[in-house]
Parts: sequence; C-alpha cells; structure tokens
Amino acid sequence: MPDPTLNSYLVLSAVLFAIGTAGVFLRRNIITILLSIEVMLNAVNLTFVAVDRYRGAVDGQIIVFFVMTVAAAEAAVGLAIVIALFRHKETLSPDAYTSLKW
Amino acid sequence: METFFFWSFAAIAVTASVLVVGQRNPMYSVLLLILSFGALSGLYVLLRAPFVAAIQIIIYAGAIMVLFLFVVMLLNAPTETPPGEQPRRIGGAGPRRFGAVLSALLGIQLFWAISHIAQAPLPGDERGAPGVDVIGLRLFREYALAFEATTVLILVAMVGAIILARRER
Amino acid sequence: MAIDPQLVAQIGLIVVVFHMLLASAAVLVYMERKVAAFIQQRYGPYLVGPRGLLQPIADIVKLMFKEELRPKAADTLLFYAAPILAATAAFAAFAVVPFGTETTLFGLLDEPIKLAVADVNVGLLVIFAVTSMGVYGIVLAGWASNSKYALLGGLRSTAQMISYEIAYGLSFAAVIMLAGSLSLREIVDGQQGYWFGFIPRWYIFLQPAGFLIYLIAGVAETNRAPFDFPEAEQELVAGYHTEYSSMSFALFFLAEYVNMVTVSAVATDLFLGGWHGPFLPEWLGWVWFLIKVFALLFFYIWMRWTLPRYRYDQLMEFGWKWLLPAAVLNLLVTAFVVVWQL
Repeated sequence: MPDPTLNSYLVLSAVLFAIGTAGVFLRRNIITILLSIEVMLNAVNLTFVAVDRYRGAVDGQIIVFFVMTVAAAEAAVGLAIVIALFRHKETLSPDAYTSLKW
Repeated sequence: METFFFWSFAAIAVTASVLVVGQRNPMYSVLLLILSFGALSGLYVLLRAPFVAAIQIIIYAGAIMVLFLFVVMLLNAPTETPPGEQPRRIGGAGPRRFGAVLSALLGIQLFWAISHIAQAPLPGDERGAPGVDVIGLRLFREYALAFEATTVLILVAMVGAIILARRER
Repeated sequence: MAIDPQLVAQIGLIVVVFHMLLASAAVLVYMERKVAAFIQQRYGPYLVGPRGLLQPIADIVKLMFKEELRPKAADTLLFYAAPILAATAAFAAFAVVPFGTETTLFGLLDEPIKLAVADVNVGLLVIFAVTSMGVYGIVLAGWASNSKYALLGGLRSTAQMISYEIAYGLSFAAVIMLAGSLSLREIVDGQQGYWFGFIPRWYIFLQPAGFLIYLIAGVAETNRAPFDFPEAEQELVAGYHTEYSSMSFALFFLAEYVNMVTVSAVATDLFLGGWHGPFLPEWLGWVWFLIKVFALLFFYIWMRWTLPRYRYDQLMEFGWKWLLPAAVLNLLVTAFVVVWQL
C-alpha cells in the first residue's frame, strides 16, 4: 500500500464529489438529493484541509469552518422547504413539483 | 500505520457515500452519511487538523444530521418507488442517467488529471501542526468580517426556516 | 520479540478504566436505590448480601435471564444498533478524561504514563463531539421500536438533549477562556495551589454561575432528575426504551449511568480541581478524583428523589429562554474579566 500523498487525498475528494453529483442526478427523493449535496460539500472540505496540510497553513481550516456553517444554514432552510412542500402534496418526489401551479 | 488508517478511512468514506446515493431507505441513507462523516473526521485527524475533525462531528454528524433524521422521521419518508414505475415528467430516466454518466466522467477526468501531475508528498512533522489558538487568532483577525457575516446568515436561516415550516393558519 | 512495557501498561490502563466504568455503574445502581430509600424513610435493598450490597449483581443476573423481545414491525438492524450506539458513545466520552497525574507504576515503567486513556490536546472538543453522538442511540431507539410511546419519547428526549447541548458548550467555553487551553489535563493543572494558603484555586470559585449552568445542562443531557420527562413512567410508559427488554434495556441503563459518571468526571476536572487535594501525595490524586466524582453523583441522585419533574414545555422553555442567555451572559462576563485582567 503506497504512502498517502497529497494526490491520494485529492483523488479521494474527487471520487466523493463525483459520487455526490451522481446522487443529485439519480435520486428521486428530495431528502436524498440534499444528502448528496452534503456529500459534495464534504468532498470540498477534504480538499481544503489536505492542501492546508501540504502548505502548513490554517486558512483552509478556517474556510472549512465557514463551509460547515453555510451547509448548516442551507440544510435548515432546505429541510424547512421540504416540510412545506410535503404538507402540500404528500410526496417527496421532485417530479411532483415540476408545474408552477401550487 | 498512517497508511493503513488512510486507506481504511478512505474505503469506509467511499463505500458509505456510494450506499447513501445507492440504497432506497432514506433512514439508512442518513445513518450511512453519518458513518461517512465519521470516516472523514478520521481523515482530518490524519491530516493534523484535530479542530476540524472535532467540529465535523459536532456540527455535521451531531447537529445537521440530527435535523435530517428528525425530518425523515416526522415526514415518515417513504422508501422511494423504483424509477420505472413513476410517471414520466421532465426529469425522465434518460436525462437523469445521462447526468449520472457525466458525473462519472467528471470523476474519471479528475482522477486522471490528479494522477498525472507530480506526486506531492506531505511534509513531515518538523514544524509541528498549528494549534487551535492559531486558528482562533486568524479567524477573529483576518476573517472577522466573514465571521460576522456568517452570524447574520445563521440568524436569517433560523428565522427563515421557522417561517417556511410554519403551518398556514 | 520484546513486548514494549509502555504498550502493555497503556492497554492495561484501558482495561482498568473500562472495568471501573462498569463497576461504577453497578455501584450507582446500589447507591441510587439506597439513597432513594433513605430519603423516603425506608430501608431499600437489604436482603441480598450484607446490607443489600449484592443487589446490583442480582439485578444484572435477572436482566440477563429475561427474554429478549422485539416488536414484529420493528426495524431489526436499528432496533439492536440503538442501545449499542448509546453505550458506545457513553464509554467513548470517558476516553479523554484524565483522572490522575503521571505514574510509573512504582518504578516498573521507564517513562511515566499519564492516567488517562488518551491525552488529546483538544480533549474538551472531543468530549463535546462524543456526547453529541449519544443523541443517536435514543432517537434510533424511539424510531426503530415502531411504537407511538417510544417514538414520542425518543423525539422529545432528542430535542431536549440538543437544546441543552448549547448551554453545555457555552459553560465549557468560559472555562476554556480562564484556562487558555482545550486540554483537560492543562485545565486541571491550572487549578493547583491555594489562595491565602487554604482556599484551593478551583474554577468553581471563579465561575460559580458557570458551574451551576454546567451541572444543570449536564443533568438535562443525561435525561435525569428533574429533566427526565421523556422517560417518565407516568406520562409516557417508559419513553424511548419502552419496547426493550433484557440486555438491550441493560445497555441503555448502563449508558445512562456511564453518562452521569462522565458528566461528573468532567465537572470535577473543569471546576473542582480534578485530582488535586490536601493530605495525599500527588500520585494518589486519583483517590481525590474518585471522592469528588462520587460527591457529584450523590448530588445527582439526591436531586432526582427530591425535585418534581419538569413538564416538557417548561423544560424546553427553561433551556432556551433562561439557561442559554445565562450561559451567554456568563461567557461575556468571563471574557470581560479575562481581557481586562481583573
């Protein structure tokens, strides 16, 4: 097993990002789409921290802090919207909300 | 030792993420994502970032995922019907699968690109990892404006979430 | 192959700590019933063994022999994973709590080992992180039981725990400001010495409000004493562990008691000077640690059998409208004092 270099971490991050993107395309359940977005954000966090380790700085960790905060705010608002939508149509499939009629 | 931990955490993170995206029950998806976050937290510890590792568990696995879990439980999210049985709307099966193929292509391209640049070994521990106090100082000095903006953002998100999820009287 | 004695000592320490936690849970079972009995002017257990001291063993044997039930519509994987998760989080939180100074085990070791399972320099953050994970055991138990009482109890308990986590963390933050470090060992070492020769330099004297806030939030986090509405027998059958029996139920109880021990141990380290105390040499500091932890546990049990229970909405109102602003105020005042070096 080779030693992990910066490239290994970046590849891992790329793979996780691709998995998250595929999830956003493939899933027909709003909550799982939101979860895939979280996977993508985590992949980005991993990139920041890995490059931080390589450079010996802390700016990446601070940016990760902000990304997490924004992700929390986005998850809260997104889930509130999901709850409001669910109350109206009793389904979690995004296909049910394609027409602009409420 | 570090190599073993890196590969095991990486394997857990990738497997858990694939299962989050792949399997049908949303409750299990949330729990698998928590597992993935745990593996990522382990990777952050390997990357000498204990602060980020701890806040990953506290914020992501401990707060955001609890939120997701609550919503999944309260909405009693049904296990979704397989893609063949749903009515064909704008997001039909064809375009979606094309999108998934594109994301796989993205992954492959990034993999190819990163493997073809020079391997950059991670530095050893001669200088010692910067501690939490350095992060705190940078956060409250250079990034103070972003910090304050984030507090406003969280306030707005809280108020917004309450209003959006409220029952119409 | 030469076996590294440091490694053996470290593993031995882990085994000792694990068994001490199990033993303290057993002691707490007995202590709870005896103290409750004396508060209520009755005898409590006295038949099993001298003065009822073997009662915990009788309880454990009984629980082991009970039938393991599971509701038919319950989600099997989650149903059995929930108590495991709860117990694991409870034990893991104790891994970064130091309980004594370095010891060389009477000269057997070349280098001293520190008396803690792991000495991490962000120890407080780790404790906070692991206690946040303890929420999942409860919420999954409520969900996986597929029963109304359990689900409601689980959701309420979870909401209560995440609400009080904020005040819990803020009371930590004030102590971190005073000590200037996230490492529990350094916080305890900052409490050495005496003022005027006889008042120990414990942070409880500098932060009385902080100590109270921490204790109240800790009691709410462990779902005990006046904040145990989600487990209240009269209101919710038994809350999130209604459908559990035998060893799964025992695991939940173990988790609750070990959480209590962890909260008391962290309070001792943060506010009561950890293992420092008069009359005993430094290497016996863990004796003082045990005494202080058990004093706090006695206080926990005393509170449970003295105070009436908060109703759920009163509980949530207290946590958000009173305890959280108090914790923020405490933090602000501490920050002022530290910055102006009063």
